[in-house]
Amino acid sequence: MTDTPLITVHIDGKQITAPSDKTIWQVCAENGLDIPHLCYKDDTGYRPDGNCRACMVEIEGERVLAASCQRIITADMRIKTASERAKIARKTVIEMLLADQPPRSQAHDPNSTLWHYADLQGAEANRFSAKDASAPNADDSHPAIAVNMDACIQCNLCVRACREVQVNDVIGLAGRGVDAKIIFDFDDDLGASSCVGCGECVQACPTGALMPKTVLDERQKLAITPDRQVDSVCPYCGVGCQLTFHIKEDEIVSVSGRKGPANQGRLCVKGRYGFDYIHHPDRLTMPLIRREDVPKSADDSFDPANPFTHFREASWEEALDKAAAGFSQIKARDGANALAGFGSAKGTNEEAYLVQKFVRTAFGTNNVDHCTRLCHASSVAALLENIGSGAVTASFSQVEFSDAIIVIGANPTANHPVAASFIKNAAKAGAKLYILDPRGQALDRYAEASLNFRPGSDVALLNAIINVIIAEELYDKDYLERHTEGFEALRRATTSATPEAMSAICGIAPEKIRQVARGFASASAGMIFWGMGVSQHTHGTDNARSLISLALLTGNVGKSGAGLHPLRGQNNVQGASDAGLIPMFLPDYKSVTDPNVRERFAAVWGHQIDSEKGLTVVEITDAAYDGHIKGIYVMGENPAMSDPDQAHAREALCRLDHLVVQDIFLTETAIFADVVLPASAFAEKTGTVTNTDRRVQLGRIATSPPGDARQDWWIIQELANRMGMGWKYSHPKDIFAEMRIVMPSLTGITWQRLEAEGAVTYPCADEKSAGSDIIFGDGFPTPSGKGRMTPASILPPDEVPDDEYPLILSTGRLLEHWHTGSMTRRSSALDQIEPVAEIHMSRDDINLYQLEAGKMIIVETRRGKIEVAVRIDPNLPAGMMFMPFCFSEAPANRLTNPALDPFGKIPELKFSAARILA
Amino acid sequence: MPDSVAAKNRKGRFQPKGRMASPDAIDRIASLLAGQQPLMRDRLIEYLHVIQDEYCHLSAENLSALASLMNLPLAEIWEVASFYDHFDLVKDGETPPPPRTIRVCTSLSCMMAGADSLLSELQSYIQKSCPEDVRVVAAPCLGACDKAPVIADGHQMTPASSLEDVKTLLNTSTQSQLTQTIRFHSYCENGGYELARMLRDTPHDSSHYLDILDKAALRGLGGAGFPTGRKWNIVARQPEPRLMAVNGDEGEPGTFKDRHYLSRDPHRMLEGILIAGHLVGIETCYIYIRDEYPEIIAMLREELDALNASGLADHLKIELRRGAGAYICGEESAMIESIEGKRGLPRHRPPYVAENGLFGRPTLVNNVETLFWIRDILQQGADWFNAQGSAKHPGFRSYSVSGRVAKPGVIKAPAGSTAKDLIDACGGMAEGHQLKAYLPGGASGGILPASKADIPLDFGGALAEEGCFVGSHAVVILSDQDNMWQVAHNLLRFFRHESCGQCTPCRTGTDKAVQEMASPTPNTERLTLLSQIMADASICGLGQAASNPLISVMKHFPEEIGFPAHNEGTHD
Repeated sequence: MTDTPLITVHIDGKQITAPSDKTIWQVCAENGLDIPHLCYKDDTGYRPDGNCRACMVEIEGERVLAASCQRIITADMRIKTASERAKIARKTVIEMLLADQPPRSQAHDPNSTLWHYADLQGAEANRFSAKDASAPNADDSHPAIAVNMDACIQCNLCVRACREVQVNDVIGLAGRGVDAKIIFDFDDDLGASSCVGCGECVQACPTGALMPKTVLDERQKLAITPDRQVDSVCPYCGVGCQLTFHIKEDEIVSVSGRKGPANQGRLCVKGRYGFDYIHHPDRLTMPLIRREDVPKSADDSFDPANPFTHFREASWEEALDKAAAGFSQIKARDGANALAGFGSAKGTNEEAYLVQKFVRTAFGTNNVDHCTRLCHASSVAALLENIGSGAVTASFSQVEFSDAIIVIGANPTANHPVAASFIKNAAKAGAKLYILDPRGQALDRYAEASLNFRPGSDVALLNAIINVIIAEELYDKDYLERHTEGFEALRRATTSATPEAMSAICGIAPEKIRQVARGFASASAGMIFWGMGVSQHTHGTDNARSLISLALLTGNVGKSGAGLHPLRGQNNVQGASDAGLIPMFLPDYKSVTDPNVRERFAAVWGHQIDSEKGLTVVEITDAAYDGHIKGIYVMGENPAMSDPDQAHAREALCRLDHLVVQDIFLTETAIFADVVLPASAFAEKTGTVTNTDRRVQLGRIATSPPGDARQDWWIIQELANRMGMGWKYSHPKDIFAEMRIVMPSLTGITWQRLEAEGAVTYPCADEKSAGSDIIFGDGFPTPSGKGRMTPASILPPDEVPDDEYPLILSTGRLLEHWHTGSMTRRSSALDQIEPVAEIHMSRDDINLYQLEAGKMIIVETRRGKIEVAVRIDPNLPAGMMFMPFCFSEAPANRLTNPALDPFGKIPELKFSAARILA
Repeated sequence: MPDSVAAKNRKGRFQPKGRMASPDAIDRIASLLAGQQPLMRDRLIEYLHVIQDEYCHLSAENLSALASLMNLPLAEIWEVASFYDHFDLVKDGETPPPPRTIRVCTSLSCMMAGADSLLSELQSYIQKSCPEDVRVVAAPCLGACDKAPVIADGHQMTPASSLEDVKTLLNTSTQSQLTQTIRFHSYCENGGYELARMLRDTPHDSSHYLDILDKAALRGLGGAGFPTGRKWNIVARQPEPRLMAVNGDEGEPGTFKDRHYLSRDPHRMLEGILIAGHLVGIETCYIYIRDEYPEIIAMLREELDALNASGLADHLKIELRRGAGAYICGEESAMIESIEGKRGLPRHRPPYVAENGLFGRPTLVNNVETLFWIRDILQQGADWFNAQGSAKHPGFRSYSVSGRVAKPGVIKAPAGSTAKDLIDACGGMAEGHQLKAYLPGGASGGILPASKADIPLDFGGALAEEGCFVGSHAVVILSDQDNMWQVAHNLLRFFRHESCGQCTPCRTGTDKAVQEMASPTPNTERLTLLSQIMADASICGLGQAASNPLISVMKHFPEEIGFPAHNEGTHD
């Protein structure tokens, strides 16, 4: 930060000193003067536009008035905010706008900013007559956003929200003069437009022209005013947006973005409109015990709203007793390693910590894992191997300072929409953005180059990029020398990987490869983002190794605007991993095979810890299938939907002697349970979560769980105590306090501090320090202190297309539907936007197979088949299909390949050979 | 399977959100723009012209293809296209307009010459005879006020004093031949480009020439009157690369001098550009010509080819850009936005375009006529120029005189000439007309009564004291047969139509003023308040000056406030 010089101005005769880059409005605001403003939003990312003219002030020596929001102060400027001329202008502007508004008695939002400033200035609504043109009709087409342009004042805040802040580029200001109007795309209905529903425009609108539908009645008038607000964190992806729940009578009625360090007030459609799943009638409200007359069957179907086809109601006492007794019996009979537990990256840090402690102490096994295994296990394996830490080296907001950005195997506008908005901001501000992905995506519009390489050829492409950087000596010699090892091996391994040679494999023209290599290597700061397109392969670890090598080679770690950033998929993947929900690691990635480590934990926990690494997610399922694992505790996970080769996974669950599922809905997994324990949703509990940036954030309880559903930490403690653990936690903060004893990563992060600050990033030196956005500026936590570049060899995917199964099937998410859909498909707005299971195909393939969009087809792999509707998607190349895995009626994971990456044990969810049976 | 989720009656999306361009439309537009590769964002308006010229409208399907080819958001295309009058947007399922458009100029001089009745007669005639083939629309000033009333066939202007004229025209096609144009070779034969060549070939001291310009009383003749020499000196001191934009968006009602000079001697302006290139140091110059002057655009393309082939323009790039029907783009920062391919919204000042203009670069913006005189001034000296006026009003000006005079036209006269001088120069008043009032500076310069017809018409001075300004020197003479309220209403309607819509005072104020003026008993207090807010709080000169004619009439002709009972002049 450079220091801005201070200058003196005179406001209404008062001498004021302020930094010279401030606007008149800002200086006034800092001195307690609230100058009315409509088109100006005093928030990060919002440029003043000075068009509404509600903030006019007089400046001595100037012929006309000036918009205070937009005019930068100059030395000795004499500003008159209170002159008659300025006051009349401000008030009259509001009166001119009010003339064309619906009367206040019929206002959509009578408490809008416009009416607020009208009141403050005593503006008269009928000073002028209304314009001749008839008021535009309500646009009711969007499931979440009500559009009532009769209240619009053309201030274009929504345009800036959509185009400059979130960069979704849907809203425009069309027409001219008195006919100027806000449009979506080609003046289309909002629901028919390319709107992604982030609601930034709604949050920005000062008039009520854009409002959340949930608070309006059928006459489009404000009907629900919240009675309280609770600040919390979004329950969905790993971006970790801070938000505020607006609550009326213990129900969440709307959500607004809060200015957290990660999101700066922004949200996406899930965070803003996907909140009502917690009030869904399907919620579990009482403990359930399986009916003895209903046997388990892998192809069972059920209605989650009616559990009584499979279960009977039970008291907490009975259910907990039965759940714990089942585990105790197996432990006594078959040994601790016949048990396993799945925790959840959707829970809090405290819950994750308790689950792994429960499994490791009460069960006495390290068979504990969670869905990070299916997401970034290979990334973490490669990061730990080469730089000694599995977390990101820089927060995604560092992208603001990047000159070059690589996004590979990730579709952040769908999966990390708010992080994507900052990437788009950076690209629009001039950073070179390179997209490397077999599929096209929304970020392509902002990219310097977009390389749609052949699926599964990641290493070939990355090796070619590395080859160019080495051959053309574009690497950072100084950095290599000081901070890395393995250059020679990397050079040798990639010598033959010339762009020409690799082009044949990855399908990208050599010149394009060189362009990316040169562009990235020549940047003074470059960042690499990746997602599951990198990790969910049998060569996922090799993919991540290549990215690490690329970053080290170019010196892009440990400085502003540079870094390695695997985008984490769930709100607490980072925290759940940190807390030890991993079979080979105790909290803070301490190896279970290290006796000193075990000793240290045993001392705190009062129990010995098994010395063997436990099994991973897919291995546990396989062991259950084979009869080695007999009892599983599942807290907030849904392996029957999320595991590959679903028929196999469901059969494995059926074969268990004892399955206990703790969740908020009767999931596809719960249907195989012996005991189901009704738990609390994220908005119903207090606890910390750690986002993709290593920011520990505090979620606060907003509403009560329904019926007799209970807090998760309480349920785990009850189970543990029934297995003789004697735990005595009385609040999540007690658990957090214990975590701080065993986890040095939480140094400097106290509960009190989180309550006060909302978020603290680790590592953090002490309670006074701010956390570190960027790490590894001076070396790595490896034995040598250096980052290693591990060469990766080019291997084909496990199951390549052939004559029998000629197409490639990849899986992933939709913007609106998160993970297995158990939450988002029960959010009315989200489910209305994406209601149907569809498989995405290229126009070429649709023509080739003589299909059409909307047609039902059967897609089959060697694991199974599903019936699904066709979606035409220009982002797909010929020969490749994409299927979201959130639809239980057409579960993509029935088709996926369980073949594992040898290091990360992550299945190859991104690549299966498939065929179409029309 | 959770049946409660799956069982609901569901309609899938089956394609990504929003519009998808059809492969056919993409092929169609790609081949139409084949000669324009690579497609550049700032040339968006040029591409819209290509499509509009080809199909006589812009269909959503074709624009969706253009968005896809240009990798642009749909909204960005639609908002730009919908800003300009000359683009006809057609949504899915809407009927495209007829292929032929007749535009009837309804601005002041043409209105006085009977344009309103011509328009309504023509509309009913077309409605009866050929509604499928032709449409008739009202258009703002076509820049041919000396020939009023005029129409444009497509964009090709032609005088048409009666319905019969237009009927004849409908059976032919309008082609304007520029017969008097001095082309490249004749220009060169008569000393043209000698100065530009000398500056190219001979080492010189730029400051010597900049000093001459500084001493000459040449001022911005687009209407702002900023001293040209000072502007060139300011821009020359800015960091490179420096850009230039020539304002040929002559749209101020009553103004036709740029058309006059361009159609006769275009190379004087072009030589002015080359000289600026040498003296100020310009990387690229954009010439922005209003779409209403198609014959001039076509001619300039040919002449620019000749100029480029000569090697005289090797020191800078010159790009010709076509306006698209928006008066506001004559405002320099709005023009800059338009050259960048955007909506023509004026920018806030500061920063000034000399420091931060086109594409964020320092930009020299000059009016066509301003550049026209550069060669003469540098060759003949500041004194030569200044001596053609008086000590108080040095230099000469080109007054576009129209309205109730015997022979309307461009009058080159000493700066500070009075309305009386100009009426004399135009052969006196038109037969049967008595001078009642006049517009000293187009639509926005205010209105003065006959009693003030001896005020020198120059920037500032006595004219400013009257609350008026000379602007682009468009003088419209009004007579005893003109109703002042109707005149003011015509002008306010013009401003309402041309307001960019960006700021509340102008967007809403012009509309509310037009509405109030049409009321049987206009409320002058309300009109005064509106005028004050528009003048005080609008972003640019359009809004700040839009109420000038209204204020003038309320001040000088209070007895004419309100329409006379028989008047029908309130349509739009």
